[in-house]
Amino acid sequence: MRRRDETGAAAKAVEARRLVKVYEGRRDRQVRALDGVDLTSGQGEYLVLLGPSGCGKTTLLRTIAGLEQPTEGEVYIGGRLVNGLPPRVRQVAMVLQSYALYPHKTVRNNIEFPLKAENVPRHLRERKVRWAADLLDIADLLGHRPRQLSGGERQRVALARALVREPAVFLLDEPLSGLDAKLRAATRDELKRFQRQVGTATIYVTHDQEEAMGLGDRVAVLDAGRLRQVGTPRDIYDEPADTFVATFVGSPPMNLVQRGDRLVGFRPEHLLPAENVAYDSRVTMPLRIERMEYLSGDRHVYGSVTRIGQETRVIARLPATVITPLTVGETHEFAVPTDRLRFFDAEYGTRTAPVRIGG
Amino acid sequence: MPADAGQRARFADREGFLAWAFLLPTIVYLTALVLAPFGLTVAFAFSRSTSEAPSYRFGGLRAFREIFGDHVFWRSLLDTLALTGVAIAAVVILGTVVANVLLADFRFRRTVRALVLLPWTTPVALSAISWRWLLGSPGSPVDRLLLHGDSPLARTPSAAVAVAAVQVWRLTPLAAVIVMAGLTSIPRGVWDAALLDGAGFWRRLLGVTIPLTLPVTAVAALVTAAVTFADMGVVRVLTGGGPRDSTQVLPVLAYLRGVEGGDIGTGAATALFLFPLFVAGVFVVLRVMRRGS
Ligand SMILES: Nc1ncnc2c1ncn2[C@@H]1O[C@H](COP(=O)(O)OP(=O)(O)OP(=O)(O)O)[C@@H](O)[C@H]1O
Ligand SMILES: [Mg+2]
Repeated sequence: MRRRDETGAAAKAVEARRLVKVYEGRRDRQVRALDGVDLTSGQGEYLVLLGPSGCGKTTLLRTIAGLEQPTEGEVYIGGRLVNGLPPRVRQVAMVLQSYALYPHKTVRNNIEFPLKAENVPRHLRERKVRWAADLLDIADLLGHRPRQLSGGERQRVALARALVREPAVFLLDEPLSGLDAKLRAATRDELKRFQRQVGTATIYVTHDQEEAMGLGDRVAVLDAGRLRQVGTPRDIYDEPADTFVATFVGSPPMNLVQRGDRLVGFRPEHLLPAENVAYDSRVTMPLRIERMEYLSGDRHVYGSVTRIGQETRVIARLPATVITPLTVGETHEFAVPTDRLRFFDAEYGTRTAPVRIGG
Repeated sequence: MPADAGQRARFADREGFLAWAFLLPTIVYLTALVLAPFGLTVAFAFSRSTSEAPSYRFGGLRAFREIFGDHVFWRSLLDTLALTGVAIAAVVILGTVVANVLLADFRFRRTVRALVLLPWTTPVALSAISWRWLLGSPGSPVDRLLLHGDSPLARTPSAAVAVAAVQVWRLTPLAAVIVMAGLTSIPRGVWDAALLDGAGFWRRLLGVTIPLTLPVTAVAALVTAAVTFADMGVVRVLTGGGPRDSTQVLPVLAYLRGVEGGDIGTGAATALFLFPLFVAGVFVVLRVMRRGS
């Protein structure tokens, strides 16, 4: 894959600096879709943007692509300031969330269109279209028009249209949302392998945390136009920067118990019947069991805990290997390993230093 | 109870019957008001009927032989075609421009959208009269501008230009509304995709915009054509076909020959002459639309 070698800024594929995007709504109502986003994606990196619906993921991608102009802030691609430049000059390939296939063109012509725009010779174009169609399993559909395709097929065509190019960065806006679980998993693997192979920086948007954690070299968590945390999937999961990340990532989410001006957090899988947790470094709490669910071998125990803080409803996830008998309506002693506790400021939700909890 | 519901559902489900029931009024209407008059016109075109002797007498191709020998007919045919062609080109281009302007985001655009349709609220004849006063009457602004020289309507190239201009003036808003409807039905993302795919201005125009707007543009062109060459109001009021038949069009000629001249046969033949051409045009447009959608 050809790529210009930028000296100096070589490690940065895309950089957003203090990006602010304000949409002018009706009657002078303003929507601050991006509220000061600083984000750097490395060369060859698979960066996943994760966040709830409406948090500004699409806006961020469109601003990087040049479809929207930022209200404030700068966008650099390959070390070059691209504010005000059209998408064409930015060398980005993007899959739009709405697929946006050309309704009057066949699947083949849709995929071929960006190559024609780059004046790629015909034989090369044909080879690439075939390659992309095989990769995404749409070779049989090349002669069809978009309206004859299912949603998932359209989405794969849109993906193919982006993948045939050799851009500076791939921007993928929920490119797999319309596929069934099995196909999504398979396509996800293909995508990741393809990206490894060509080594092109990729920014991938999703609101599916499993996808984010599975795909990303790093994950950026966005909420209400602000970046909450950027880090490896492990960081995001184990060391959440605030209560938003702690509860958005993980399912079921992290339990949070208020204790004075702090929130004590622990993941459901770390809350186990006390006899299953090493005695010397743990915090115990009585849990009154209200409900239990059996989900693929795990036991999900719903109830409320006291003693470590205010009485709070929590969830415990017991793996199949934990065989302690539990009964709904009873209170059982549960415990969390001390090093699994996370602490947050009760007012602002930000991460704070650990607090000693006796017992 | 369930059986009863089943009965009723079955009646409402009989789409074949319902389709006919709903279509019937349209069929009656079309037969009475479109097909019957058209059939009569065809019949008269092959007749010897006149207003003095209106009873039907078959005349074969007499009327056609007569009009083919008339140089005013050929002149009118050319004028009609030229006028229609010019109107289509100008209306489609202007209509597209206006549609895009109306779709743009600016203050008072609702008001402007309503204003643009104003030419349609007045009858053709009435607005044509206003134009005739504006262009041709002593004391009108244009007359003063020309220092009381000849009216533009009384001279040869300018009379034709005036006729075309008035047709364009009154049809552009309609075309704009049609094109606007077409433009809004195109998903916005497609333009974004074309930008992202690195297509330049010309590739976007030729590869995306024009193919996508072609069907609706074709409809605008068809409406313009139909209205322009079937219309006699503008020419009749503005120039009456003059000076020296230089702005004569077929509908006016048909009226002059058939109604005022009393020769129903030649009038009908004149009116009918463009029919095959029109059918061909409609056919082409329908094909374009089918391919586009
Ligand atoms: N063109 C626009 N005009 C006005 N407001 C907009 C526009 N586009 C987006 N917004 C607003 O900006 C915010 C962020 O939208 P955005 O599309 O970036 O969210 P998202 O994170 O992609 O959501 P989703 O996961 O549902 O796709 C939302 O509150 C949305 O209502
Ligand atoms: Mg989105």
